Amino acid sequence: MKKNNTSKSRLSLYCNLGALLLAFILVLVIDATHNPTDMLVKVLQKVCVYAVVAVSMNLLNGFTGLFSLGQAGFMLLGAYTCAIFIIPDEVRGQVYGYIEGGSIVHVRLPLIVAILLGGLVAALFAFLIGLPVLKLKSDYLAIATLGFAEIVRTIVTWEKLGPVTNGSFPLSKLNTFRKALEGTPFEKFSLVTPYFLIAGICIAVIVLIIRSTYGRAFKAIRDDEIAAEAMGINLAHHKRLSFVTSSFFAGIGGALFAIFQASVSAAPFTSAMTYEILLIVVIGGIGSITGSVLGSFLFIASSEWWLRGLDSGKFLGISSPVFRNGFRLVVFSVIIMIFVLFFRKGIMGTKEFDVVKIGGFFKKLFTETVPGWLKKIKHKEAADQ
Amino acid sequence: MKNILDIENVTMQFGGVVAVNNLSLTVNEGEIVSLIGPNGAGKTTVFNAVTGVYEPTNGRISFYGEKILENYPHGKMKKLYAGENRGMYTERMVKTPDRITKLGIARTFQNIRLFKSMTVMENVLLAMHVRRTSNYFTATFCLNAKEEAANRAKAEELLKAVGLYENRDDLATSLPYGKQRHLEIARALATQPTLLLLDEPAAGMNPQETEELTAFIRHIRDTFHMTIFLIEHHMNLVMDISDRIYVIDFGKLICSGTPDVVQADKRVIDAYLGVSEVD
Repeated sequence: MKKNNTSKSRLSLYCNLGALLLAFILVLVIDATHNPTDMLVKVLQKVCVYAVVAVSMNLLNGFTGLFSLGQAGFMLLGAYTCAIFIIPDEVRGQVYGYIEGGSIVHVRLPLIVAILLGGLVAALFAFLIGLPVLKLKSDYLAIATLGFAEIVRTIVTWEKLGPVTNGSFPLSKLNTFRKALEGTPFEKFSLVTPYFLIAGICIAVIVLIIRSTYGRAFKAIRDDEIAAEAMGINLAHHKRLSFVTSSFFAGIGGALFAIFQASVSAAPFTSAMTYEILLIVVIGGIGSITGSVLGSFLFIASSEWWLRGLDSGKFLGISSPVFRNGFRLVVFSVIIMIFVLFFRKGIMGTKEFDVVKIGGFFKKLFTETVPGWLKKIKHKEAADQ
Repeated sequence: MKNILDIENVTMQFGGVVAVNNLSLTVNEGEIVSLIGPNGAGKTTVFNAVTGVYEPTNGRISFYGEKILENYPHGKMKKLYAGENRGMYTERMVKTPDRITKLGIARTFQNIRLFKSMTVMENVLLAMHVRRTSNYFTATFCLNAKEEAANRAKAEELLKAVGLYENRDDLATSLPYGKQRHLEIARALATQPTLLLLDEPAAGMNPQETEELTAFIRHIRDTFHMTIFLIEHHMNLVMDISDRIYVIDFGKLICSGTPDVVQADKRVIDAYLGVSEVD
């Protein structure tokens, strides 16, 4: 029985890796055949960014049971740190044009290093803020972290920090993967592929953490703090680990977001952004990694792309005077309400996407359910005659 | 016999209420010692003080002759303190529950506290986390595969020993009540303790299940060479397996000794049944 079990899980592992490889090939094909400004490309890039942040939030909220709303703050830290070091030297003076004396940072880092640095700075701040804040429970933790995010957003726009953060002006003209890979053999694959790879690595690391003994400890803290502590789990240490890890990946997500936009300002990193990510986590299923990824795709694709028609007058071939600016948000809110009312556990619940299981579902559909229907129909026909 | 747990003059006061009053008791290696008393006598409070959930107001607790917890009335308690032995202890030494577990004292709970979303196997594996040699990075990148495999083998062995091997992939909360109790004990054993504290292991069990549990506790003591300190209300179980019994009432020790001694003691009967008015 045991052997059967492991061979089954091995089969599903290979199948899922195969599916991932297929997705990767699909991304390569999309990169090779699309223009940088195509909607599909933009949506997929943003999905990758949001997927990293959503999964990092799921690690904290879903797996460790710490209800934190500071994600946008850590993204902002990552985004600014990354952006400061990837402004090309030739345009730096222009970007910092309104600041007296210009930028004081004269270092330029490769993209990957800058992204990692963004994550590390976010993690460092998470460590410091976690010391007092992680003593709080549930709602109070949420309020404190939300406050932290808002404070960070205000501080980076402080004019005294101008030589570093460019004050309230955006850091623009950032280096992008497209520019960085120009002239190399990978030029063709510089649209979605880099985002996909970085997001994939980040999510893979989070999955590994969750499957390790530390992941079990996180889940134990979520299930029952008192019992977890009695089983020898140092609560403060493990909560801090989870918080710092989550913020590290949120920082990386923020850095990717900066590169995606090729410019960064404090304005978009509001609490509304945290709520968007929280929404993705809830829609995907709290405690499901693949759910968060799927949720990011559905959320970004529908808000940026599929429901666009609702704003511009024509949707699914129907034109109506109701379809004008803002109607998209109305429909979106209704969809969210339906989710909250009828799919409270999200799309995936706490389960994970599994090719073998889906294959099994279809197999059952075609070998049992459909023949069953056919039989029923035949019976009915026979009875009618 | 070696003295393992030594509780000296422990007083536990909440606000103005003295829940445990000047309690001293010892548990020796290989013994099964019971702590009994009527409802609200302060039994679970004693457990919580030993495992670090509460810090005692006054007194000292030693484990293997080494002091692990000590406290004296200070701060707000300096004025409020209503117990005895004021000034006897002068040091404050507190530990969080996880550190006490690491020292080798494991416990179960009165109301079952299993990890709901985890399987039986995962519950046991989680308890082995405290004895890990891996760190965050080696664990994440599977560099501790050997340890993980060894832990799995150990967990399987443990589950076989407590008769839960067949259920190892079931959700912990889907088990029947009696088995959940067994799992809680197995989980506590997985932290590799030398002293096991059982808080009402037979609560909510019928006589037959209680009898099974009695045999089970004995089995554990013998196979794992465990010292067991337990709180229980089922007198059959207590009298059957205990080497020694401590009886407390209103936080005060009223009697101690072998089951025969305790059963014959008038104060114990009075505490449980009340004093008759005719006398």
